[in-house]
Amino acid sequence: MLLRLISPLMNVVDLPMRALQRRLGISRLAWVFLLPNLLLFGTFAFLPILLNFAYAFTGTDNILLLDRTFVGAENFAQLLDCDSYLDPNTCARDLFWRAVHNTAWFIVMQVGFMVGFSLLTALVLNREIKARGFFRAVFFFPVLLSPVVVALVWKWVLQRNGILNAGLEAVGMDSVVWLLDRHWAFFWSVFLSVWAHMGFYTLILLAGLQAIPRDVYEAAVMDAAGPWRTFRRITLPLLMPTMLVVMVLALIKGVQTFDEIYAFTGGGPGSATTFIIQYIYETGFGGAPRLFGPAAAASLLLALLLVALTVIQLWITRRSSNG
Amino acid sequence: MANVTAFLTRTRGRGRLHWTDWASYAYLALGVFLMFGPVIWLVVSSFKTQAELDRFPPRFLPYAPETVQLDGHAEPLPLFRVTDGPLAGETVAQVRRIGLTSQVVRPEAPGEVVKINRADRVPVERVKPALENYRTLFERFDFMRYFWNSTFITLTATAITLLVNSMAAFALAKYEFRGRGAVVALVIGVLMVPQSVVLVPLFMVTREFGMLDSPWGVIIPGAATPTGVFLLRQYMLTIPDEILDAARMDKASEWKIFWRIVLPLSAPAIAVLAILSIMWRWNDFLWPLIALSRSENYTLQLALNSFQGEMRTEWSSLLAMTVLTLLPVALVFAFLQKYIATGIASTGGK
Repeated sequence: MLLRLISPLMNVVDLPMRALQRRLGISRLAWVFLLPNLLLFGTFAFLPILLNFAYAFTGTDNILLLDRTFVGAENFAQLLDCDSYLDPNTCARDLFWRAVHNTAWFIVMQVGFMVGFSLLTALVLNREIKARGFFRAVFFFPVLLSPVVVALVWKWVLQRNGILNAGLEAVGMDSVVWLLDRHWAFFWSVFLSVWAHMGFYTLILLAGLQAIPRDVYEAAVMDAAGPWRTFRRITLPLLMPTMLVVMVLALIKGVQTFDEIYAFTGGGPGSATTFIIQYIYETGFGGAPRLFGPAAAASLLLALLLVALTVIQLWITRRSSNG
Repeated sequence: MANVTAFLTRTRGRGRLHWTDWASYAYLALGVFLMFGPVIWLVVSSFKTQAELDRFPPRFLPYAPETVQLDGHAEPLPLFRVTDGPLAGETVAQVRRIGLTSQVVRPEAPGEVVKINRADRVPVERVKPALENYRTLFERFDFMRYFWNSTFITLTATAITLLVNSMAAFALAKYEFRGRGAVVALVIGVLMVPQSVVLVPLFMVTREFGMLDSPWGVIIPGAATPTGVFLLRQYMLTIPDEILDAARMDKASEWKIFWRIVLPLSAPAIAVLAILSIMWRWNDFLWPLIALSRSENYTLQLALNSFQGEMRTEWSSLLAMTVLTLLPVALVFAFLQKYIATGIASTGGK
C-alpha cells in the first residue's frame, strides 16, 4: 500500500537524478546521495558542537550569539570554583557539584547493580529452562516503555497509600513516604533505572554467553570441573569482552540519565536526585534568567567525558571483534 | 496432576531437578513478579474509581458499589447488606444518611423508609471497571490532540530518517570516492556527542530556522542518526556489487539501482531501523521538552508529564492516561518482540 504511494514519487525523483548523473559522473553522484544526510548532520549535530564552545565562553542570557559578550573562561572558572571538590557546599555553583556528586554515586551504584543483575539474569536464561522466550521477554519489555510511563508505574507503587506501604503495614512495619526521603529517593532512582534498562544489557550478555563454544563446556565436564569452577575459569574469562562493552555502555547512558528520574522525583527531595543533564536543562531552560553560558560550559565538560568513554568503548569493541 | 508435576520437574534427561534448577526458576518467578507486577497493578488500578483509589489498604480488583434504580428517586441508590437489627440479612437501598443512622428502603417496598444504624450495614459491591476514567480523558482533556502530535512526529520523523539515512548508507557502502573516510569519521564523531550535551546551541539553531514550538523542530534535528547510517551501511556492504553492475549494463540509472535494487534487498535492516526510530521518537522526552513550549504542541510524553505535575492527587485520570500511552508500545512489542530484541542487540541501543 505504502509502497504504491511512494513509488511514483521516487520515479519523479529519477528524472533530476538521471540529469545529475550525466552531469557529474557516477563517482561524484555519491555526494548527491550523501547531501541530505550531511546537511542535517552539519546543521543539527556538527554546527551545535562548534557553537557550544562559543556559548561556553560568552555571557548574558541572550540566545543570539552576536548579542553575547565574551567572558573568556569565566563560566568554567565559576563552575570549577570550589574550596573542596568533595564538598559541594564550598563551591560557587554548589548545585552543579551536587549534580556531579549525585551522578557519580548514581553511576557507581547503577552500573554495579545493572551489570550484576544482567549477568545473573543472562546466566539463568542461558540454562536449559522452559519457556525461555517468555522469560526473556519479561525481562526485556521495560526497555520499550517510555521514561514517563516507567516513572509513573513506580510512583504509583511507592505513593503514600500505595501497595508497597500496604504490604509493609500488613507485615507489621511502618509505611514510609519513599520519595520524600533523600536516601530512599536515591535508592529508588537507582532501582527504577536498573529495572527499566536491565533487559537491554541482559540481551547483550546473553548473546555473549551463547557465542561461547559448547565443546569448551563439554571438555570441562570431562575434567570433572564443578559448576562454580566452570563459571570462574571458563564463562567469566570468555565473557569478559562483552562484560566490558556492557559496563562502558551502561556508564555512557548512566552519565546522561535524565528523563525517567526527572519525571519520577523531579530531582528531589531538595536536590538529592538532581543529575548533570538536569542541571544543564534547568540552568539553560528551566526559567529566567536563562544562563546559557554555564549550561554550555557544563555541557562541554560532560561531552569531554562522553567522548573519552566512547573512545574506550570503540577500542574495546574493535579489539574484541578482531579476536 | 501427576502428569503436570512430571512435566514441570522434567530436566535434561537426568531425572530429578538439581538445586540450581530450583534456584533458577525461583529467580525467574521473582523476575516475573517484579517486572510485570507493577505494570499490571497500574493497569488494574486505572479501572478504579477515585474513591477506590484512595482506599488504604488497597484491594486488587476494581470494586464499585452496587446501585439500584427505584421509583421516586432520581439518582440510583447504593445497596447495602444489613448485618444486625430487625432487617438483618436483607439487602436494602440507602435513601439518605443522617449522622450515625441511615434511612433505607427495601427494593421490594420502595415507599417504606426504615432507619437503621450505620454500623449495622456493609456496602454491596461487585467488580466493575470504572471506564469513566478513560471517558474523562477524551471529554475533559485533549487526549486525541497529544496522541495525534506524537503519531505525526513519530511517523514523519521515521520516514525522513529512513530515506535520508539509507541514501547516505548507499553512498558510503557502494561508491568509491575521495573523502569517504572523512565522512565516516564525521559520522563516528557525531555518534560520540549525543543531543543531550549540545542542547543550548541546538536550541539556537532550531530557533533560527523558525522551528521552535512546532513539530518540525522535534522531527528535523534528530532525523539523521549516525546509528541508522551505520546499521544500514553494514548491511548494504553484504550486497554483492555484481548485482549493481548487471543493472548498470541494462542502463539503469543510479537512483533506480538504489530504489529498485539496494533498498528492497536491505529490507531487514530497514525494518530494524524503522522499529528503533519509532521507539526513540515515541518515547523521546528531553528535546521535545525544550523545543515545544505551548501545551497544544505537546507530545503524549510531555502531556503525561505535565499532567502528573498539575494533578498531584487525581490519580484516576493520570493512571488511565498512562495506560493509553503504554498501549501502543505494548501492542508493537507483542507482535515484533523478536525483531526489536535483535535490532537493539545489534546496534547497541542508540
